[in-house]
Amino acid sequence: MHQSTLTQLSTALKEKKVSSEELTQLYLDRCKNFNEALNCFITINEDVALENARTADKKIAEGKNTDLTGIPFAHKDIFCTNGIKTSCGSKMLDNFIAPYDATVVEKMNDAGMVMLGKTNMDEFAMGSSNETSFYGPVKNPWDSDHVPGGSSGGSASAVAARLCPAATGTDTGGSIRQPASLCGITGLKPTYGRVSRYGMIAFASSLDQGGPMTQTAEDAALIMNVIAGFDKRDSTSAEHPVDDYTFRLNDSIEGLKIGLPKEYFGEGLDSNIAKIIEDGIKELEKLGASCKEIELPNTDLSIPAYYVVAPAECSSNLSRFDGVRFGYRCEEPKDLPDLYCRSRGEGFGKEVKRRIMIGTYVLSAGYYDAYYLKAQQIRHLIRDDFQNAFKDVDVIAGPTATGTAFKLNEKLNDPVSMYLSDIYTVSVNLAGLPAISVPAGFIENLPVGMQLIGNYFEESRLLNIAHQYQQVTDWHKQVPKEYK
Amino acid sequence: MEWETVIGLEIHTQLATESKIFSGAATAYGAEPNVQACAVDLGLPGVLPVINEQAIQMAIKFGLAIEAEIPERSIFARKNYFYPDLPKGYQISQFELPIVSKGHIDIQLEDGSSKTIGVTRAHLEEDAGKSMHEGFGKLTGIDLNRAGTPLLEIVSEPDMRNAKEAVAYMKKIHSIVRYLEISDGNMQEGSFRCDANVSVRPKGQDEFGTRTELKNINSFRFVEQAINYEIERQIDVLEEGSEIVQETRLYDPNKNETRSMRSKEEANDYRYFPDPDLLPVQIEQSLIDEIKSHLPELPDAKKQRFIESFKLSDDDATLLTSQKEIADFFEACVDAAGGETKLSANWITGELTANLNKENMDITDSPVTAEMLGSMIKRIQDNTISGKIAKQVFEAMWNGEGDADSIIENKGLKQVTDTSAIEKLVDDVIANSPDQVKQYQESPPEKQGKLIGYFVGQVMKQSQGKANPKQVNELLKQKLNS
Amino acid sequence: MSLDKSEVQKIAWLARLSIDEQDIPNYSDELSNILDLVDRMNSVDTKGVSPIAHPLDLVARLRSDNVTETNQRDHFQKHAPLTEDGCYLVPKVIE
Repeated sequence: MHQSTLTQLSTALKEKKVSSEELTQLYLDRCKNFNEALNCFITINEDVALENARTADKKIAEGKNTDLTGIPFAHKDIFCTNGIKTSCGSKMLDNFIAPYDATVVEKMNDAGMVMLGKTNMDEFAMGSSNETSFYGPVKNPWDSDHVPGGSSGGSASAVAARLCPAATGTDTGGSIRQPASLCGITGLKPTYGRVSRYGMIAFASSLDQGGPMTQTAEDAALIMNVIAGFDKRDSTSAEHPVDDYTFRLNDSIEGLKIGLPKEYFGEGLDSNIAKIIEDGIKELEKLGASCKEIELPNTDLSIPAYYVVAPAECSSNLSRFDGVRFGYRCEEPKDLPDLYCRSRGEGFGKEVKRRIMIGTYVLSAGYYDAYYLKAQQIRHLIRDDFQNAFKDVDVIAGPTATGTAFKLNEKLNDPVSMYLSDIYTVSVNLAGLPAISVPAGFIENLPVGMQLIGNYFEESRLLNIAHQYQQVTDWHKQVPKEYK
Repeated sequence: MEWETVIGLEIHTQLATESKIFSGAATAYGAEPNVQACAVDLGLPGVLPVINEQAIQMAIKFGLAIEAEIPERSIFARKNYFYPDLPKGYQISQFELPIVSKGHIDIQLEDGSSKTIGVTRAHLEEDAGKSMHEGFGKLTGIDLNRAGTPLLEIVSEPDMRNAKEAVAYMKKIHSIVRYLEISDGNMQEGSFRCDANVSVRPKGQDEFGTRTELKNINSFRFVEQAINYEIERQIDVLEEGSEIVQETRLYDPNKNETRSMRSKEEANDYRYFPDPDLLPVQIEQSLIDEIKSHLPELPDAKKQRFIESFKLSDDDATLLTSQKEIADFFEACVDAAGGETKLSANWITGELTANLNKENMDITDSPVTAEMLGSMIKRIQDNTISGKIAKQVFEAMWNGEGDADSIIENKGLKQVTDTSAIEKLVDDVIANSPDQVKQYQESPPEKQGKLIGYFVGQVMKQSQGKANPKQVNELLKQKLNS
Repeated sequence: MSLDKSEVQKIAWLARLSIDEQDIPNYSDELSNILDLVDRMNSVDTKGVSPIAHPLDLVARLRSDNVTETNQRDHFQKHAPLTEDGCYLVPKVIE
């Protein structure tokens, strides 16, 4: 049962082959059993989950259910959940019980879904390995010596180990797609503004976007149907009409034009990864797609630009953590500056402090034009690169990550090398485009993901292609053997 | 050396919206601490601001009133600094592309001439909360009810040359925002406050001197005092051969002095950047046109109309249009007085203003309404009462004894115009004052005018003020000269 | 671009972050490395390119001026570090 997809579970619940309570208990047991090994949950809410499962069962009995009523899942601990600890992976918020629900949380609750708990993550979503969490690193279920990727590493690890059938993640520079790739699951980063950011603790406001982390594209479509849409509480959310994301899943991809950016396949890409991605693309060609080499000439600049924009926004977004109204406050501050400096100095971890300092620096007097403004200009160039490409092709395909999951501690003390591993993901965030990572193979028993990038609001198309791909491949069905 | 002062003002006026600029919390003044601070105002993790359209419209209204340009696009930016009453660690304000760009207003100088003062820009921002230093022992209490209240910051050009001009400018802006009904302008409650940038330079020099910024002054009187103190201080410093330090200073009204303030952020580096939580605001021409078509009559236009249609003096018109409420009172009074403008103006600028000042009251709280005052003036007009008796009637109305007609009736204050009754009183007075009559009759005619006053006074006294003074005068002249 | 000790301290103060004296050299190195990475931006000429602060060219949707929030003070202050009489408390602020 625990290997079922959302679609299968939904059917089982509707046909009353299993109750939500039974299902929830089954997953809760798995969470409790395996969390010690994987450390993918910060909080497991057994009582609340079971209570909600019983409510869901009642709704199903009364016929008042949605497709996802009664389905257990997990939230990344970046989404505010009323009455439940919301730590963002930080000591700063270790004592923070969110007093309200994020819009995404509210929507999933309203759909009758049952939250099992909150997943571990890099502190304030800053990291690509899940090692910056105050709660310790998450382990990759494929090999516990390896990282699951980040920042949504807890969600990726939990879904890969089938501790929950689906989870939410957030993606600022690849934080859904990269861990999805490293853990062998499907992860969709929607168009900027497609999913409300209200209640999602901000890292970099103009880049952050929440999305589903699931076993299949079909499951991702089901979750998108719940969470996508305009939110009057988030004025950056888009008023663009929302698709039924399951509607086009079964469309043929005959005639689809795929762009292959030469910058993504050049040197720097591991040849084994390249081989896997090429194989994946061949599968799509067998389904009737055609390929074309394209250029994204400013790809190299995406990392430098990203590491200006994201830290700049983060340095300001994280100023509210000052020990006054919520969160960590240092012991016996001697005066106001001491309260600020020590609460923040002690409450934030090293990577967060690094990024705050970089952000503070690039915005400070005399440097703003050279750094912040320049990065926003490059952002414009990168957006134009993609728009030019989309004149010729429907989607862009390539690798999600530069390699498979690296070993714990391997890059922890080398931030720059960690940052450079985001090369295939960050430009998508700078341009605000949707992209999906789907399992496409393995290297030495570690998963590899293929990334598909679409034009604005083309989530339906990405899900359609991914779903068609998953009809002819079974990489997404692989489960690490200890978790089968 | 002769010195010239240069002054620019930054006025912060709270906009009279129901809810805050970025949240749905109430803006009402005087609530218990933090009961009007919602999740967004507190800057809780994950919350996002959403712009209040009313704040945008009020700012546009102001822009149009000062004939400023309203750019098509407006952007909100973050001003980053740490302070306990600033919950997010940044204030959402505007930096590039403020909602209102260059405009101007005219102020009236003491010699009656007028001067144009440039307005550099006006931008929207959120107010901070309040720090309370008393009542919490060694700690400071933070109340965030005010956090997020919309402010319009109006920045002038350095066009003012003395404290009086600065006050005239501030009063004019105050009157405009009140006319537009975009702010209650309440200075005690901090809804209208200003920072003054002051510098001096040798007369004739083009470059500005080093300026100091006087922070958070919340009364017209203090603005004048603070600036005058600061000018003298700066001149003293310069004449001693020292230099002015560019700094923020605080005015202490109790000591009437300004003192250096430890700056909020020693290294003042606000790191402004466009707020990524807020998209640019697009201002459609149709909205501007719509707002323009509903713009009320503004003080300058009203004053002109008062001079032209009511034949008021410049001084009276200035006074009566200084506040929208006074102008409204005046017009209602004229209406009730059957169109009598001169007396209405005199009574409002005289008796009524004196009484209001004495009780420290606003005209809107006056116990004598415009209608009451107008009806009384009507009774002066139709000779029912004299101007002198009217003062009694006014006092009675002020004390809540009813309207003019009932007071006149109840107190029997109706003027005596019956000639025979007045004649009798005149005869009595003449009969009882032989010495004065003799003196009068022996005096040359040019002195008689003065002496007759005695007789008039006696007659009025006998009549308890009710005799028609004009008739008394005529009768006395007639009888004493015969 | 390299940041010396005093620059690191200045940034840490602007950001209100206490950092241990002994960690400064480390921060100085790491931040300098990151800035070197960032400096690669200079390899492209961006003259005439307009900066974009948001990925999509959208404009703000405004809300109407209605009071929609109710008093939740006790709820919000339940987990606050230090409050008294409805106020949040901080060490005395010297003006």
